[in-house]
Amino acid sequence: MAEIAPDQGRARGASLRARLRPTFIAPDRLRAGLRSVGWTIASLGLFALIWEFCWLMGWSDPKLLPPPHIFLGDIPNQIQFFNTATRWAVGVSQAEAPSGLQSLVTTVLSTMARVIAGLVIASVLAVSVGVLARYFRLFDRLTMPTIMLLSSVSPIAWLPVAVFLFGIGNGPAVFMVVIALFFHMVLATVTHIDNVPVNLIHVARTMGATKRQVYLRVIIPAILPAMLMVLRLNLFGAWMVVLVAETTGVGHGLGQIIMLARNTFNPSLVFFTIALIGALGFLTDYALRILQRRLLYWLPEKGTRHAL
Amino acid sequence: MPSDYRFSSRDAVVCRGVGKTWAPDTPRAHLALTGIDLDIRPGEFVVLLGPSGCGKSTLLYLIAGLEDATEGVINFFGDPVEGPSSDRSLIFQESSLYPWLTVWENVAFGLSIRGASREERRAAALEALREVGLVSAMDKRPDELSGGMRQRVAVARALAMRPKVLLMDEPFAALDVQTRQKMQDFLQDVWRESGASVLFVTHHIDEAVALSDRVVVFTSRPGRIKTIVENPLPRPRDPFSPEAEALRRQLTALLRDEVDRAFAEQEGMGD
Repeated sequence: MAEIAPDQGRARGASLRARLRPTFIAPDRLRAGLRSVGWTIASLGLFALIWEFCWLMGWSDPKLLPPPHIFLGDIPNQIQFFNTATRWAVGVSQAEAPSGLQSLVTTVLSTMARVIAGLVIASVLAVSVGVLARYFRLFDRLTMPTIMLLSSVSPIAWLPVAVFLFGIGNGPAVFMVVIALFFHMVLATVTHIDNVPVNLIHVARTMGATKRQVYLRVIIPAILPAMLMVLRLNLFGAWMVVLVAETTGVGHGLGQIIMLARNTFNPSLVFFTIALIGALGFLTDYALRILQRRLLYWLPEKGTRHAL
Repeated sequence: MPSDYRFSSRDAVVCRGVGKTWAPDTPRAHLALTGIDLDIRPGEFVVLLGPSGCGKSTLLYLIAGLEDATEGVINFFGDPVEGPSSDRSLIFQESSLYPWLTVWENVAFGLSIRGASREERRAAALEALREVGLVSAMDKRPDELSGGMRQRVAVARALAMRPKVLLMDEPFAALDVQTRQKMQDFLQDVWRESGASVLFVTHHIDEAVALSDRVVVFTSRPGRIKTIVENPLPRPRDPFSPEAEALRRQLTALLRDEVDRAFAEQEGMGD
């Protein structure tokens, strides 16, 4: 044992250093990050510039397509509309109602909570069903045809069902997110299980692993990278469907703001909300990307293996 | 080191009339292997040589117990093979290490399946890694290693289970020529140390000449044993000796007919 101790110590030191690395921002990493931010600003700026130019030349009607400086210019006024819960409630004086900023935060957090709850429930259910389908032949034969059939139904068709089952409020909104993601995620899970390199399974079997051990220690870690990618793609789907679901009436919610803007003919508010949703979608995707990097420590950094 | 069975008269693996039909009872049914009679002695190094698609890898899978033979029986130290066992370790052509585990965790994977403690696993992994000379890489991840190192880790993982037979399915085929040469020397050391029998599949004649005690030459489609050639060359081997050259020539002639036949069949299919 004594002869290998220094070797072992060195190896452990190296791995410790590797583990510490992400907490410090290396100069090259910082530069790459800044460059990426720069391009994001350039891309958004170009788009805004074209829009502003069209407004300046009088090609676009500011009443229908108000350019960014109009819909982002008067934020205190815009966020007054975010109090969809008590603004028109009978017997609540406007003085006691939450301020614009409070309403904005409540609205954003309510919608975000529905997205995250729906995403978590859908992925847990879908991965469980997908794994069970591959584990038990009978379960596969009994469930897969139905799942296949229902996966082509647009989530919009489920909206009445959501209301029948859960009335109005958070229930139907979360249900809509779950139903929109569930079927696709089951199919994705099954596909990724089928694509696990067969040698990884053979190795475990020759070492005497039971079917259960093969699933827990080989198949699930092997599909994790692909499943997190599926989760990221479905995050956008969740954002899309949550707005539709929120139009059924949920108190606070970005879907309510869009409905309000439509009913009161307020294009400025529509674009403000769209900008807000875009930013939120971007931020949640960024958060998932960080989670992905932390959880999948064994994968190379994005882009390092790209051919071009 | 379990060397007590090294000179035992009992055979490690006995195949009698072994055959395999893929997808039987379907229109795609296809006979891959038939009528294999083969005895492998404990501690013997046997090379299975044949053109691609001759079923030699299939035989390895049958002996490993990952697939069931559709004809004949396979015995392992007197007991029929009825499924995979850690006494028969399989090493694949492509890296089959788990990318989410470190090198030592990969090596100890089989022990963790058995529920060994962390200390036990670490000690066993260290010993196996020492045998393949990779102790310094124990905390690395597989994608930080070169192809040759990854295959050495795969060998260490197999050795950690103290197998009686090592089944190797073209393990060096994905490596460059220089690395392969190194790996052949390395494998001979490991084999001598472990006392296990090795069943080594390849289509490289040089590899067969360098490694084998016996070379089993396969025919193609369906795979049958064409002939078994004893390799009398003394170890350590000189690949440029006249005897090695003669053996190489003999094996080349035996294989040429099979490759020609396989080509003719493929051309026939193309029409």
